Amino acid sequence: MKTIQKKESREPLLRISKRDYMPTWQALGVRLIGLVIALVICAIIIYAIVKLNPLKVYGAMFVGAFGTSKRMWVTIRDTMMLLCIAVGLAPAFKMKFWNIGAEGQVLMGGVVAAGCMIYLDTYVPTIPLIVIMFIGGAIAGGLWGWAPGFFKAKWNTNETLFTLMMNYIAIQLTSYFVALWENPFGSNSVGVINPNTRIGWFPHIFGQMYTLNVIIVAILVVAMYIYLNYSKHGFEIAVVGDSENTARYAAIDVKKVIVRTMVLSGAVCGIAGALAVAGASHTISTSTAGGQGFTAIIVAWLAKFNTFAMVPISALLVFLSKGSMEIASRYNLSDYVSSMITGIILFFILGSEFFIRFNLKFRSKKKEASES
Amino acid sequence: MTQIISLFQAAVVFGTVILFGAVGEILTEKAGNLNLGVPGIMYLGGIASLIGVFFYEMNNPNPIPAVCLLIALVCALVAAAIGGLIFSFLTITLRTNQNVTGLALNIFAGGFANFFGGSLNKLAGGVGQISVATTSAAVRKTIMGSNNWAGPFDDMLLSYGFMVYLAIICAIGIKWFINRTSIGLNLRAVGENPATADAAGINVTKYKYLATCIGGAISGLGGLYYVMDYMKGTWDSAGAIEGLGWLALALVIFASWKPLRAIWGAYLFGALSWAYFYIPGLTRRSMELFKMLPYVATLIVLVVVAMQRSRENQPPAGLGLPYFREER
Repeated sequence: MKTIQKKESREPLLRISKRDYMPTWQALGVRLIGLVIALVICAIIIYAIVKLNPLKVYGAMFVGAFGTSKRMWVTIRDTMMLLCIAVGLAPAFKMKFWNIGAEGQVLMGGVVAAGCMIYLDTYVPTIPLIVIMFIGGAIAGGLWGWAPGFFKAKWNTNETLFTLMMNYIAIQLTSYFVALWENPFGSNSVGVINPNTRIGWFPHIFGQMYTLNVIIVAILVVAMYIYLNYSKHGFEIAVVGDSENTARYAAIDVKKVIVRTMVLSGAVCGIAGALAVAGASHTISTSTAGGQGFTAIIVAWLAKFNTFAMVPISALLVFLSKGSMEIASRYNLSDYVSSMITGIILFFILGSEFFIRFNLKFRSKKKEASES
Repeated sequence: MTQIISLFQAAVVFGTVILFGAVGEILTEKAGNLNLGVPGIMYLGGIASLIGVFFYEMNNPNPIPAVCLLIALVCALVAAAIGGLIFSFLTITLRTNQNVTGLALNIFAGGFANFFGGSLNKLAGGVGQISVATTSAAVRKTIMGSNNWAGPFDDMLLSYGFMVYLAIICAIGIKWFINRTSIGLNLRAVGENPATADAAGINVTKYKYLATCIGGAISGLGGLYYVMDYMKGTWDSAGAIEGLGWLALALVIFASWKPLRAIWGAYLFGALSWAYFYIPGLTRRSMELFKMLPYVATLIVLVVVAMQRSRENQPPAGLGLPYFREER
């Protein structure tokens, strides 16, 4: 008893309490501070490795990402890809459904799109073919999203682990199709599909290869924002995400909402796969998704399911990876330095959320005096 | 017969890598932390042991195997525990989302490991691949020797390095710790319902931190074993550790959070992963389909367990949820 009293008499040095609300500009400021600290730490690490002025290094990163018009468009293209996946994940996450399976959904979409390019190239001209590829990719991705949604709705299986396993099944299926379509024989890669006829490739618009990528993803961003915020479906998703019991009480068919939302989520990710094949690489391999399915999860989470907030976050992450690849090639280092830097920055941005959600109170001497 | 023995051996070696990962993760998840960063932590364990031993072997013309082993083990354990510590600090103290933090840890650790795995030699002023032959030989040395007194069983049971047996001992030890000790009981209470555990006077934060860091350290040994035995002391830049790490997470579910079940589960996964190699008449294409087997098996287990709804096979009730005392 004595010891307990002793403990009670002293207020802890640091007390944490939940914050009700923080103005948007202040929340943004906290995140920016987190970002700046992260950049400083990355600069120190880069300095330790290459012994160069960090400011110059960041300058080099900028050149790497935006230096030439071609580089800038590649950066834009990759941003669109990441953004598209994140937009696909938004409805699932808003429903608190942990769709870790974007990687697999993207791959399946990509495989179907590549299949369309390979088998239909002599029958269908480019524009209708692109439409078919997108529909096919959306169906394949949607199917990959349907499975975990169905089992979750029916038997409450753990969706995190289910979608994770679906990724690997998709990767193996992709390897299978890569072996099936390999060209030239024995290379174990598909190579560029239709390199001469360019059938199924995105056409140049305004003289740029990747304009169509931007247009498609921009439409998706706006459409998903409207869907989530102004439609009945979006409202149902939000209610199911907050509390399934409330949803049931409000006569929402929870199972239907879960399956429907996951099909939608998978379908948009499948579209991202078609985008990667038709609009970027014109080939398919197990690295077509390249870990972006996982990065997009973090993008969607940081943006708090607001599709417009995803734009700057994806742009930042892609800029960092392109920039650090430039440093890597300049100083003859491994490309992976970009993942390392991205990881550190993610730690800090994630950590900074704490200061937005919680209030820190230090033990103040004044208060103690007045209370005693 | 030789085919079966060779499949069994391949399965055990493969299984040991993911068994370490899975046993560590079971400990972590029993405390209610779903650490998706297992692949990253295994990366950290693998690269740290490689770096540590690399510098020792480079500076000593005649490295002593025992010292090599010690350096490798210490480096792997410490680095992997630091990985667990990063995850703990973010999720427990700063209350970030566990899934997202685990994925961020994977990105960071995968980058870190592959960066140093790829450029370590250049940074150290050498050329070619890193290779730590002495340590690798020490890890792979069979402790029993080949005395042939048990015929084929000699090959099947005694032909491995000490880490294979260490993995089994770890699994049994963790099982005993979780189910038979009072600290283990407290740990389970934290994982099932942290608020109740807190009310009972258990220091929830301390338990979660320790379980995650020690669990991380054990998972990291999987990385060490992969680098030193599977890769024979070189760095594999193809990113295979990541796949193995996810498989370790799958194994945790497959074993329904039971370390003993993880032992045979690991070897079963190993056998399923290598099955394509031993089934005659497969084309390269159909091999790829066979490599799906471990993941399909996990999916089936996941669904069957969910359908049964038996209480003992369920994940810890508080798995993946942050705990904040003032919240209700």
